Amino acid sequence: MKTYLQVMTLFSSLSLLSIGGGNTVIPEMHLRAVRAHHWLTNHQFGDIFSISQAAPGPSILIVALVGYAAGLTVAGDLAGILGGLIAAAAMVIPAATLVYVLTLFWQKAQKSRLRHAVEKGLAPLTVGLILASWLVVSRAADHDWRAYLLTAVCTVIFLRTKTNPLIVVAAAGLIGYIGFV
Amino acid sequence: MSEIESPQKKVSLFELAWAFNHIAIASFGGGLSAWSREILVVDKHWMEEQEFLSAMTMCRILPGANQVNMAVFAGTKLRGILGAAAALFGLFLIPVVFILAMGYIYFRFKEVPSVTHVLHGASAAAVALTLTMAIKTGRKCLTGVVPVMFFVASFVLSGILRWPLVETLGILAPLGVIWGWPRKSAA
Repeated sequence: MKTYLQVMTLFSSLSLLSIGGGNTVIPEMHLRAVRAHHWLTNHQFGDIFSISQAAPGPSILIVALVGYAAGLTVAGDLAGILGGLIAAAAMVIPAATLVYVLTLFWQKAQKSRLRHAVEKGLAPLTVGLILASWLVVSRAADHDWRAYLLTAVCTVIFLRTKTNPLIVVAAAGLIGYIGFV
Repeated sequence: MSEIESPQKKVSLFELAWAFNHIAIASFGGGLSAWSREILVVDKHWMEEQEFLSAMTMCRILPGANQVNMAVFAGTKLRGILGAAAALFGLFLIPVVFILAMGYIYFRFKEVPSVTHVLHGASAAAVALTLTMAIKTGRKCLTGVVPVMFFVASFVLSGILRWPLVETLGILAPLGVIWGWPRKSAA
């Protein structure tokens, strides 16, 4: 019970601290989960980080795996699953509530000049940030020339053809399974 | 202007949850924001391009994971609080089950599941999807000297000099808003 409370407190506070996206609180999460609570080892933290990065859905679901590890220290796998669910809910609900309230205000400002200015002014910046995240992710992913080649081929397919992107992603997954990248 | 169709046809909660479920599943390997755009802007026309892009940056500034915030934003916009809940439910249901299954395999058998090889390959395509998104949205909104300058500045500061987001946007976002402020003389 105490562990679950710790999981809930930790992640609900990290939720509101995660300004700039979930990855900004990874260092703090590591500090608490590994050093302070000893829910998992350093090495395990590295492993669950890479699992959560590639898994479908928001990469913030790393918290479910930290919660799982915390639950395991209490009892068996069921306790782990419960810990994972508590961690995920604690990480999502506070920030989501804040965004909900702000969205209500934003929707009321539908016709305001501020909204017009924000939409026009932030759009080009966002394109720059998207390109920046592409650069950062492909560097961090430790890609070798084969992965870059695969990325280049996929980009051409996405830009030049109407192929469903899902088919391309699945094919790339298959290529990964064979062990080419 | 076409956006005056604004009392949009009411989107059902199921459709909302289903759309975010689609986004979540498609994003194995990453590329979640590219998939969000693909579905919300291109497929469903629930958001305009500029609205989506600006919301994306606002969602990044606010606490919480970007795409979780985007789900709350889109859900609230379309159907209020129930819409937000439906979007989150759709976004999380399968990924949570998946990640807990990964956790089970990992902690029980002490090894990283072999699915990760598949995910590694898929991530090369997901990276391509992000690049494609930058190119496609860039073609639409980099239509003058000023927008291109903002684009280059945010790319260099964030991607090359690796400035933290708070500082990058602290400088560029106010400038962008001033630039975007409607002038009376403009038609």
